[in-house]
Amino acid sequence: MLTLGIETSCDETSAAVLADGHDVLANIISSQHSIHAAYGGVVPELACRSHTQNIRPVVEAALVQADVTLRDIDLIGVTQGPGLVGALLIGLSFAKSLAYGLGKPLVGVHHLDGHVSAIYLGDESVPCPFVALVVSGGHSDLYYCPQRGRYDVLGRTRDDAAGECFDKVAKMLSLGYPGGPVVNRLAEHGNPAAIHFPRAMQRRNNLDFSFSGVKAAVRSYLLDVSDLHGQRIFQDDSFWPLPDSPQWEQDRNDILASFQEAVVDALVSKTIRAVEQTKAEAIAVVGGVACNTVLRRRMALAGESLGLPVLFPPPILCTDNAAMIAAAAAFRYEACRELYQYPAFLDLDACPNLGISETVSVST
Amino acid sequence: MPTTLEQHWHTSCAEETKAVGVYLGSQARGGDVITCCGPLGAGKTTLVQGFAEGLGISSAAYVRSPTFTLVNEYQGSVPLYHFDFYRLTSPDDVWDLGFEEYVESEGVVIVEWADKFPSLFSASPLQVRIEIAPSERRTVRCTSHDTTYARYFNPPVEGLRQDEMVFFCGRLMRSGGPTNP
Repeated sequence: MLTLGIETSCDETSAAVLADGHDVLANIISSQHSIHAAYGGVVPELACRSHTQNIRPVVEAALVQADVTLRDIDLIGVTQGPGLVGALLIGLSFAKSLAYGLGKPLVGVHHLDGHVSAIYLGDESVPCPFVALVVSGGHSDLYYCPQRGRYDVLGRTRDDAAGECFDKVAKMLSLGYPGGPVVNRLAEHGNPAAIHFPRAMQRRNNLDFSFSGVKAAVRSYLLDVSDLHGQRIFQDDSFWPLPDSPQWEQDRNDILASFQEAVVDALVSKTIRAVEQTKAEAIAVVGGVACNTVLRRRMALAGESLGLPVLFPPPILCTDNAAMIAAAAAFRYEACRELYQYPAFLDLDACPNLGISETVSVST
Repeated sequence: MPTTLEQHWHTSCAEETKAVGVYLGSQARGGDVITCCGPLGAGKTTLVQGFAEGLGISSAAYVRSPTFTLVNEYQGSVPLYHFDFYRLTSPDDVWDLGFEEYVESEGVVIVEWADKFPSLFSASPLQVRIEIAPSERRTVRCTSHDTTYARYFNPPVEGLRQDEMVFFCGRLMRSGGPTNP
């Protein structure tokens, strides 16, 4: 069975072709970071416009790379939500038209179900139950998964997502967008114990996260540093102009390493607490922040000490991509084929606030 | 000379900033447009969390930063549309989100980082600005030139002047009652 996946919920226009629900034949991601970098963030006006421009060439590139034609596709999967409604609608409308024109079934996929499904790509033997940490620019959630495709919410962020904090801290230091990779890279040269930034909610006996405190602590630390330099150079939430000295570079790397340490500490300790409370048999870490090398290393060590496998998708399948959407779609389709046929899928609508426990199916 | 409504509160922790939000939310009605400004980490999202509570939105709704998502929607006595312009670069981006439709809806619109595009708010919204004072202290300042928003400026306790309102245990109280530590 060949599945075509389409994802347009935020920055990326992506299309993928999957064989048998787990074998990635093609996964094209039209990274729009070069467009967005100039603006220090995702620009939805540009994102929507580029989705419109990108979607057809991206789908065609995926078909070419997989060496198949549209006629060979058996199933289409598309992100239904959550996300920006304008961006979601482009992918959804395109997918609906394809499914209608080709007479193929269509599955609407929850974006986070997609992220977790990335762990099944290439390897379908994931022990259940498992705890999933979904950590990205828009999410920092913990789920208990008693079986594949079922999600019980254990905890969420109370304020900012972890990835958002990486972006904001990078912007404070004029390091560009997205912030995750550059902070990760520079932090390697810094001392993670140089500054103690707060780990919020560690003592509370729940599984929620809070990251706005560490963000504010970094800002306030930078204000103090700018005072030390004899002038207020922290303006408009950016530290500018940057001091030009090798010592500053070391200071900055120490700040970044210490900030990253605080975030990783919170993510790992709450995930471990979730595992202990639920007696889960594995840990899955997915989403863009799952690319962070320190998080990967620390979570793998924590899993090792508990004797549990820790699963990370390869980095290319951590950030938004369509292969994960196709994987989730193929799994749901196999579970209940009749739900996803014409004309039921014509009722699929983009849901910017789609909840993961809501049934991701079309009405029949 | 347009009417100027003004009031402010000094808060000493996040809980107190949230309590101001609860009070403001309890005064909100469908159609209100509120801008919420202040530096990173000032407590804008904290204030909106209180605002949502005051509007009757369940704490299970997890009011979170909309920086990445750009707009979050919550269902209270009326819908609450929580925007964040932090990542946007021009008023065109805002229109692209369908902002106009939200403003003309039955819901309450509250916008973080609204000062990036002041021209979008010609109809004089309720302006909330959070200033960072030393340590955890904040000043929450509300202003409006539109008498539609006068109810936000009424004291929460009858006969109480603004400068008599103090915090105790995270709640707005009449001064002369339990004293503010």
